[in-house]
Amino acid sequence: MLARKTWPQVIINLLFILFSLTCIIPLISIISISFSNEVDIVKNGYHLFPKIFDITAYAYILYQPVQLLNAFKVSLFVSFFGTFVSVAVMAGIAYALSREDYRFKNSLSFYVFFTMLFNGGLVPTYILITNYLHLKNTIFALILPYLAIPWFILILRSFMQKIPLSIVESCMIDGASEFRIFFQIILPLAKPGLATVGLFMLLHYWNDWWLSLLYVEKESLVPLQYMLYRMMNNIQYLTSASNMMPPGMKNADLPSESARMAMAILAAGPMLMVFPFFQKYFVRGLTVGAVKG
Amino acid sequence: MGGIFIAFKNINYTDGIFHSPWVGFDNFKFFFTSSDAWIVVRNTLAYNTIFIVVGTLLSVLFAILLNEIVSRRILKAYQTIFFFPYFFSWVIVAYMAYSFLGPHGIITSYMERIGNQSFDFYTETWIWPILLTFINIWKGLGYVSIIFYAGILGISQEYYEAAAIDGASKLQMVRTITIPLLMPLITIMTLLSIGKIFYSDFGLFFFVPREIGQLYPVTQVIDTYVYRMLKVSGDIGMSSAVGLFQSTMGFIIVLISNFIVRKVDEENKLF
Repeated sequence: MLARKTWPQVIINLLFILFSLTCIIPLISIISISFSNEVDIVKNGYHLFPKIFDITAYAYILYQPVQLLNAFKVSLFVSFFGTFVSVAVMAGIAYALSREDYRFKNSLSFYVFFTMLFNGGLVPTYILITNYLHLKNTIFALILPYLAIPWFILILRSFMQKIPLSIVESCMIDGASEFRIFFQIILPLAKPGLATVGLFMLLHYWNDWWLSLLYVEKESLVPLQYMLYRMMNNIQYLTSASNMMPPGMKNADLPSESARMAMAILAAGPMLMVFPFFQKYFVRGLTVGAVKG
Repeated sequence: MGGIFIAFKNINYTDGIFHSPWVGFDNFKFFFTSSDAWIVVRNTLAYNTIFIVVGTLLSVLFAILLNEIVSRRILKAYQTIFFFPYFFSWVIVAYMAYSFLGPHGIITSYMERIGNQSFDFYTETWIWPILLTFINIWKGLGYVSIIFYAGILGISQEYYEAAAIDGASKLQMVRTITIPLLMPLITIMTLLSIGKIFYSDFGLFFFVPREIGQLYPVTQVIDTYVYRMLKVSGDIGMSSAVGLFQSTMGFIIVLISNFIVRKVDEENKLF
């Protein structure tokens, strides 16, 4: 009896452990490559654990990291400012859509959610941003296009629909203005929803390379992910001038392979550190959205 | 949306968008008569079909199996770890893939050692459909399986208790309780992904194969094609036509699949 019950458990656990390994090993591999010795890499290839421990790669990219610091600054600003503004905008829309007594509820929902199904495509968007809004090479091009994402509005709306309308009505009887109701009643009550969507947005902005790929050509506006992409093809991009090399290091022994991976660690690191702790919010957000699409 | 005009026009910068001459469907004709059209449409549809089928099956399976894990602590650990790939951007994933498949990559060096000859993943076209499917599933599995897992948690325990009293085995419970009750969620998720069947994950197809021209026959999809046409050749009219074609087809597909679902099972329809 016992054996029959435990065998499937063992198999399930084995399967899950196997998949867990495939989730973790890539991360370990880039970490260990970033700590590997360049000469050894060229001779013997990458290894899952560094044969010769070496921090030259970090010394190299952190020596006069003007570009890197700037990219960090851009990414941080875009992530936090973008998250703040987008959550504010989406909360507003979601609240309007959650109110049963709002006259244009249906037409506005159609207007918002229709874009999930049908849109003009990449080129019209591109032309709108560059030719009409003139946002090319401005920091707002990295923020504006994500301010109202229908899917997150949907999630926020289902959070807010759980707040009974009678609360709003009783506030109105007490003479509270619409703004006051929104800021003092609705937003505090919808806090879990706001936190969830905020975290999603933070991740979304931090990991975004798409907008910078399209709209950024100016060096000072390059965020981390885009910088990483450019480095994939050309490591020189990191130090465009060779006089930025650390003393005693020549162009010939540039740790290009390990430095790339070290950069990847620096770009992925902050989010990876933070997010496992917020995982429960993620799960909650997902499940709320999944209840009804 | 006003940009739809562009698809039907021969854009030139002296006249501006709205004053450029109309060319009717020429932009579309030009795309569909080119040899690229077939390749990119085929790639997009084939990849998405594989992703939907394999992805849904695997994540439902994972969700059901997650439900069998008794210990809460272990369950949490698995969920957190499965979620990991979701936190990486595609650029980082491309770096990870490179660390395995690149010229010095872990798998590459292994294959060179057993095969005793040099091997380059980034020139072998046959292997990329497998790799891209694997990477895509790998990245999304944790995310999607948690959605399904939540769906399973929503199923009332009473069904299982009743089934247990009747002496049903685990497998029977899964087949007769879990899967039928999970079906609405599965339908919604599948419908949503079918609606996006003409769109593909740009990052996956753009970053992971590292823009290597040799691989385009198996990695070029509509999205990357439009992007490259816009950024590299600057052909606004044609790339816009392709984009409009993509949107329209996607929209039609959603309507059709929703219609079919409504016929088969009124309950599960999307709208």
